[in-house]
Amino acid sequence: MEDKLSEVVLFGSWYSPYTSRVKLALKLKGIPFKYVEENLSNKSELLLKYNPIHKKVPVLLHNGMPICESLIILEYIDEVWNHAPKLLPEDPYQRSRVRFWANYTDQKIMPASYPLLLLKGEKKQKAIEDMEEMQRVLEEGIKQDFPEQFSFFNGKTIGLLDIFMGVNCYNYKAFHEVTNSEIIGPKNPKIFMWVNALKEHPLMKDTLPPHDKVVAMLKTMIAPTPDV
Amino acid sequence: MADEVTLLDFWPSPFGMRVRIALAEKGIKYEYKDEDLRNKSPLLLKMNPVHKKIPVLVHNGKPICESLIAVQYIDEVWSDRSPLLPSDPYQRAQARFWADFVDKKIYDAGRKVWTTKGEEQEAGKKEFLDALKLLEEQLGDKPYFGGDNIGYVDVSLVPFYSWFKAYETFGNINIEKECPKFIAWAKRCLQKESVSKSLPDQNKVFDFIVEMRKKFGLE
Repeated sequence: MEDKLSEVVLFGSWYSPYTSRVKLALKLKGIPFKYVEENLSNKSELLLKYNPIHKKVPVLLHNGMPICESLIILEYIDEVWNHAPKLLPEDPYQRSRVRFWANYTDQKIMPASYPLLLLKGEKKQKAIEDMEEMQRVLEEGIKQDFPEQFSFFNGKTIGLLDIFMGVNCYNYKAFHEVTNSEIIGPKNPKIFMWVNALKEHPLMKDTLPPHDKVVAMLKTMIAPTPDV
Repeated sequence: MADEVTLLDFWPSPFGMRVRIALAEKGIKYEYKDEDLRNKSPLLLKMNPVHKKIPVLVHNGKPICESLIAVQYIDEVWSDRSPLLPSDPYQRAQARFWADFVDKKIYDAGRKVWTTKGEEQEAGKKEFLDALKLLEEQLGDKPYFGGDNIGYVDVSLVPFYSWFKAYETFGNINIEKECPKFIAWAKRCLQKESVSKSLPDQNKVFDFIVEMRKKFGLE
């Protein structure tokens, strides 16, 4: 009989990109896990018990103990299941650059994505330009830091930045459709090539939500709330 | 070949202090460069073109930006002495979580305390003190967050202690009364040379904040 405590459980939400990051990492490493879909408007007692500080998904439970925050979870996974494929490079300087770009994504790109859905007119145009600039900075930076390995980070297999990028951009077409914009496109050729390569990867296709489901979700997020 | 280490910094920055403490803990000799943030040096702009911020650690000509990333880098490169992160992966994840908590809560809430008034300031004060109390709980009976010696969370948090006179004066709060364990922990950290040499005097920081408030038109 399997030891229950060594079981890996992931509490998440299907449309949370942070949850998708962890799903991808677990699958990439071939780690069997139990998935618990949380209703974010009615969080379970278990989730609140395991993440009392932030009360958010994703939470990874391993050996009965919780780990919170997607980047921290990914580093944990890479350290505990330290077989290939590695999520982070071995060299400390390269690791610092991966962490830098992960931090850039989380500090700059992620917080700007949702508001962009809600803006109109000139403000929306400005937000689109800002987002395009951030993607450009990301592209330039990654080209400089990892010149050998533009499509797929660790060479032929997916690494941490591929996971971040894949999750964010897999459904770029859905985002474009709902916002009537074109943020990821041929004007950022390296990113465009990278994102399209990731979209074709079986692991991404297998894990990330499909286009129509995402469009429907994004539309509910921008639907005006009725006056009460 | 000797390592060349430079730190681009700004003396009152708690983020810069984190890197100073880490370098001191590891006994690493380095060149300290204080930046004028209204007139950033070409070196800073070259080493951190994305954020244009301090601190930047430069090791053999290569920049490492973002204080916690720099502290982890220092721990990984000079891994033969004074470890800052624990060796157990779960303990490491916990240390990273609490350092991230410090990043998310302490600086922003503290900033509200010295830059705002009225309701916004009251909210900032509550957030700030609640965060300190959570950290006290996390510390428990241990002398340091790192256990018997200072570790990653201690390094990420203790710099803010140098700003306490400013928070207390402008926020009209008595932190020692609200969080005595926290103050006891901070004083214990200051007994370590790596910390006492890296943190400026609270009065010096206070005078700096008074000047900043004038510039922001808060006086």
